[in-house]
Amino acid sequence: MSIKKRFWLALLLSLPMLYDMLAMLLAWPMLPNGDWIALVLTTLIMLISGRAFIQSAWAAFLHHHANMDTLVAVGTLTAYLYSIGALMHHQGVFFESAAYIIVFVLLGQYLEDKMRTQASQATTKLLELQARQATVIRNGQTSEIPIEEVEIGDRLLTRPGEKIATDGRIVKGHSTVNESMITGESMPIEKQAGDLVIGGTLNQTGILEYTAEKVGKDTMLAQIVEIVRHAQSSHAPIQKMADRIADVFVPIVLMIAIAVFAIWNVFLDATLTRSLTFAVSTIVIACPCALGIATPTALMVGTGRAAKMGILIKNGEVLETASHIKNIAFDKTGTLTQGQPVVTDVIGDPKQVLTLAAALESLSEHPLADAIVKAAQKQAIALPDVTEFLNRAGQGVTGQINGHQVFVGKPQLASQPLDKEWQDQIERLQEVGKTTAAVGQDGLIIGLIAIQDAPKPFAKPVIARLKQQGMHTVMITGDNKRAAKAVAKQVGIDEVIAEVMPGDKAQQVKKLQQSGVTAFVGDGINDAPALAVADVGIAMGSGTDVAIETGGIVLVKNSLKDVVKALVIAKKTFARIKLNLFWALIYNLIGIPIAAGVFAHWGLVLSPALAGLAMAFSSASVVASSLMLNAAKIDD
Amino acid sequence: MLKVMILLIAVILIVAIGWWFFGHHQEKAMTARLNNNGQDQKVRIEVNGGYSPSTIVLKKGVPAELDFYRKDPSSCLERVVFPEQGINEQLPQNQLHQIEFDTSQAGEYEFACGMNMFHGKVIVK
Ligand SMILES: [Cu+2]
Repeated sequence: MSIKKRFWLALLLSLPMLYDMLAMLLAWPMLPNGDWIALVLTTLIMLISGRAFIQSAWAAFLHHHANMDTLVAVGTLTAYLYSIGALMHHQGVFFESAAYIIVFVLLGQYLEDKMRTQASQATTKLLELQARQATVIRNGQTSEIPIEEVEIGDRLLTRPGEKIATDGRIVKGHSTVNESMITGESMPIEKQAGDLVIGGTLNQTGILEYTAEKVGKDTMLAQIVEIVRHAQSSHAPIQKMADRIADVFVPIVLMIAIAVFAIWNVFLDATLTRSLTFAVSTIVIACPCALGIATPTALMVGTGRAAKMGILIKNGEVLETASHIKNIAFDKTGTLTQGQPVVTDVIGDPKQVLTLAAALESLSEHPLADAIVKAAQKQAIALPDVTEFLNRAGQGVTGQINGHQVFVGKPQLASQPLDKEWQDQIERLQEVGKTTAAVGQDGLIIGLIAIQDAPKPFAKPVIARLKQQGMHTVMITGDNKRAAKAVAKQVGIDEVIAEVMPGDKAQQVKKLQQSGVTAFVGDGINDAPALAVADVGIAMGSGTDVAIETGGIVLVKNSLKDVVKALVIAKKTFARIKLNLFWALIYNLIGIPIAAGVFAHWGLVLSPALAGLAMAFSSASVVASSLMLNAAKIDD
Repeated sequence: MLKVMILLIAVILIVAIGWWFFGHHQEKAMTARLNNNGQDQKVRIEVNGGYSPSTIVLKKGVPAELDFYRKDPSSCLERVVFPEQGINEQLPQNQLHQIEFDTSQAGEYEFACGMNMFHGKVIVK
């Protein structure tokens, strides 16, 4: 029988006893033969709604285990059996205690069950994103097939308003795609041939043809679900303490309850009924179920909420460590910066300088050439023809444009020595970490182009936020000191560790760890060792397999803002776990002495039924407290 | 005289509880049975007031199946959680529920009930 049914039945059957209790207080007419009615009703409740507790408790007992079912079973059985004995001897009974303990414990379990289902919805919701069908193109024909039958290399088609079936690369078409469900990115993203698409996201405006690159459990969605599921069933280290307490708790409570009974009856001369009431209340209020669910429920809600924002937290341990980070180190290229050099300044007549430079560089293969060509494309500049193109290794490139001799590269390519004004400009640009190329015509320099791997948007405010939270920010990079320092200055980072070989990043993270808990933020493949060594590895963006495997936290979206968000969520969730554990413990620490009758002298006592109610609400309140994480403010 | 008796019984009960729950009561580990000429291995675990057996030994590299059979009606044992494997499954009452277990890496893996009160261990070697 379900908990729900057991609860409603117990409640209905206990109503006459509730009436009798009220009647006694308010001097209404009492039920005739009230004690006998109570006996019949309580027996029914014990048999129908309470039997499961006794069964479980007995099975556990045989395994030398005791749990909350033990407490409920011992508590209700004591009250019930004692009352039967008392009825035979025409003494006061307290059947209703047994009945109400069962009602309230079931109420607590029913609420808890309901809320737990709600808390674990994150993975279910993610799984619902999965497309059920895919439109496959075979031999020029389209056909619908179940998603399970899609194979790598299949050519798939998605119409506007349809879900993208699986991870792949676009071959044909142009559209905007809403990826918010996976990456948390709220803006629709424009996609065309060559771009990657993620299975489960929503195609909005155009028809897309793409080849499947990942299927089944290798897709990003499947991996996200897997990580969330892992995280939700993991335990935070702090939980171990709670477990240890719960393990020894129940037997100790039983011992205390016996001692309570003996002390009241033998030394304080209380009646048998009164002594038993104290003992039963003690047993009932001590149920440690709130302690048991304090961590798992908070973890579920916290990691589930994070996943919705595109932040995957691997397990409870990461969450706990992430809430006391001292150093946070960033990889530079691609993490703090865009990862691609771009033209930042053009000095001289911008149009002329860029036109000539781009025309020449469009024939070059230098990595920086690409940046210049792109800058010209962006301004829709038409490139003139170049003749006599020459690549002078280590110097730059030269050629003829419209009858003029033109060059791009080192200032030494000019026929005259560099004058002071250009020299100053170049030095100023280099000071801030920019690479400069001189552009000249007929032996004279006519302008400069500065190129830099620019910091990402929000790099500066994000670093500021982290510093504000008391973290020491570090940048680890293979770049030369000057360029690294310049970027560090732009974004406001505290410490720069430059000229680090890719393999030594992990070593540097280890060094930082000597001064405290260290997080490392990197974008995957070559950062993997550092991500693994760090106390908290935060892998950014792109969802490469290596990143997903080595990072403790994975940011699906390539946004620095999510670093702050992730740490805020981790902190809030961990704080909630601590709060839950604190309340669960303090509740017992206060409740047990009251139930045992320590304060009886001052009139403060707890009937077994009230104890049952209180304990039911303690577990329900822990779950409610965890659910409140869903409403906690996470700003970026 | 009655009071002395009550006191005596109380003391005996307290000692008995201590012995029953805190004394050393080791359960034997159970080694999985190999089937189909060592192609796979299976263990049946009864869930009733705990897991019996609660320690299961699996052979490394052989696909394994853990068959949970839950008799216990308590809501606590309703789920079984293997934190390291990310397995968190509902066990239907009075039905066999199969869980596949990855034995590619040797080690000791703990599992527990949904509330982490009952514990068991899988040893892969
Ligand atoms: Cu439990």
